[in-house]
Amino acid sequence: MGKNLFQKVWDDHVIRQLDNGQYQVFMALHLIHEVTSPQAFGMLKDKGLNVAYPKRTYATVDHIIPTDNQSRPLADDMAEKMIQVLSDASSEHGIEFFAPESGSQGIVHVVGPELGLTQPGMTICCGDSHTATHGAFGCIALGIGTSQVRDVLASQTLAMDPLKVRRIKVDGELSVGVTAKDVILHIIRILGVNGGVGYAYEYGGSVIDAMTMEERMTVCNMSIEGGARCGYINPDETTFEFLKGRERVPSDFDEACEKWRGYASDLEASYDDEVLISAADIKPTVTWGVTPAQAISIEELVPSPDKVEGLDKNLINDALSYMKLEAGAPIKGTKIDVAFIGSCTNGRLSDFQAVAKVIEGKTVASNVRAIAVPGSEKVDKDARAIGLHDLFEAAGFEWRKPGCSMCLAMNPDKLVGDEICASSSNRNFIGRQGSSTGRTILMSPIMVAAAAIEGSVADAREVFNLTEETP
Amino acid sequence: MSLSKLAGKGVYVQGNDIDTDRIIPARYLKCVTFDELGPSLFYDVRFESDGTSKDHVLDAPQHEGAEILISDDNFGCGSSREHAPQAIQKFGLKAVIAGSFAEIFQGNCTTLGIPCVVMDEANRVKLTADVEKHPESEIIIDLEGMQVICANAIYPIQMKESTREAFLTSTFDPLDNLLGAKTEIHSTAKKLGYA
Repeated sequence: MGKNLFQKVWDDHVIRQLDNGQYQVFMALHLIHEVTSPQAFGMLKDKGLNVAYPKRTYATVDHIIPTDNQSRPLADDMAEKMIQVLSDASSEHGIEFFAPESGSQGIVHVVGPELGLTQPGMTICCGDSHTATHGAFGCIALGIGTSQVRDVLASQTLAMDPLKVRRIKVDGELSVGVTAKDVILHIIRILGVNGGVGYAYEYGGSVIDAMTMEERMTVCNMSIEGGARCGYINPDETTFEFLKGRERVPSDFDEACEKWRGYASDLEASYDDEVLISAADIKPTVTWGVTPAQAISIEELVPSPDKVEGLDKNLINDALSYMKLEAGAPIKGTKIDVAFIGSCTNGRLSDFQAVAKVIEGKTVASNVRAIAVPGSEKVDKDARAIGLHDLFEAAGFEWRKPGCSMCLAMNPDKLVGDEICASSSNRNFIGRQGSSTGRTILMSPIMVAAAAIEGSVADAREVFNLTEETP
Repeated sequence: MSLSKLAGKGVYVQGNDIDTDRIIPARYLKCVTFDELGPSLFYDVRFESDGTSKDHVLDAPQHEGAEILISDDNFGCGSSREHAPQAIQKFGLKAVIAGSFAEIFQGNCTTLGIPCVVMDEANRVKLTADVEKHPESEIIIDLEGMQVICANAIYPIQMKESTREAFLTSTFDPLDNLLGAKTEIHSTAKKLGYA
């Protein structure tokens, strides 16, 4: 009987079983940032401990960094302090820090892959739930809390229970205008926000096989939104091609590929559960409520609470009242105030390229504030090099500096009052985008662009005349 | 300190899918220690933007001093921010009873010594009705017997066995344990080419 990737990577990295039945697992790569990690250094200090494997941890700043003016000291004293504490702790312990303007700063989950730090077969952790992103390379990639950041700094290990594995096979061919974001929003809609509790998700099937690495990262990124502890895709030639020539990959690259290939799930591997999704069922998808599973296709109507009972009825009612949407009305045409393209879900070069292809010659509606935030300094540089920055600005977007920005609005990029944002990010939770009454509608980058141009939630296939013939 | 038995007054915050952004909004994550997070717990649910109270159940006089939080399914979903369980603890809550928990949140709670126990819906309905009617009732969470006792009623609860064992043996903070394997850690690191 074969093994799946999760079992192989787990077996390689397990050190021993602990007395309570959990396992002690070695972490191959640890990424830290300014919001959930500075406190861990304080905890180490309190216990008189040192960083055990400083070369296996990398630091950068993303959550709190402004995207307009990044000159230091930052206008926000506490933001400045958090960055300073991280920077000081990194240099004290010999941890490499990708500082702003180093050329390598950016959202941790964009930076790791683009530098080639993220490699197949690794266990990866970071004090951020979207660490699942790195699973796209065939890794067990885990979001952790600050005390666990402390554990990893002190021991390079975590105490963990093994996970079950659910294989999600997406077969068929995506139709025009349907993107990786729509695939994952559709999966979460079907399986629910807690459907993945206790599981790692393995994504496969012809749709996933055909995806680029950046598309695969979008899918894995939102595994946590489906309740899964992590999500991954088996490494293949697409993975190796992406990594080839990157700064931090092993010098004996071909040999490394051979090793990496071996981590992919065996053909006869067994799974704890399997789900089949048909690509034909996936349409451009948008959320209507306050969890990522409260999603519908752009062609559908906002659901009505009448047909359900109990807490589910309350959930729909509460979501509709918060979103100020009418049950049974089309989602298409819902007025928006803000359009945001960026985040660890959709802030990579290909996301901006996809939008650039369709917005040329079009203009953002006058009532919409539209911002484009590259995921890293490298994405910014590459985008500028091919003129994307000019193209976005000509269409009426502000082109910002890299950071998490309006995905969680810890920096000055926030909604005001009950503004509605068409957003390429990953969470539509109540108050997520910086205003306690602000509203978020999640969608793909091209759907955000369509909404920005129309001034309301729109079908990108109609706005941009996308047909099966469009290249 | 063994956490095999905990007791305190309860408070019920109703709803499925209560996410960590709601437990503590992102703007309160601006800190380099967790010490001051208690007052920010559920801030936007408890207060208007000008700071006036929304008379949330957590601020109701009859629930003052409550130590056991009760909620519904998928409690603590979303962000991995430890600020969420830290705020719960600093607010004065010692344990959470819910229909189910998001895993990162539950793991963070465990490390801090906050038991997250699962209770099915039918029992939760009875328990919360009792807490609302008699807010002064003491709720006892008994991890030895895997039961909650309140006003002479006994409710079965669930918890992952490894987590329960960690509470019963006071090893819920795993760090000392992890540091006990330095040699094995090093040989694994070497074997995998990481050291």
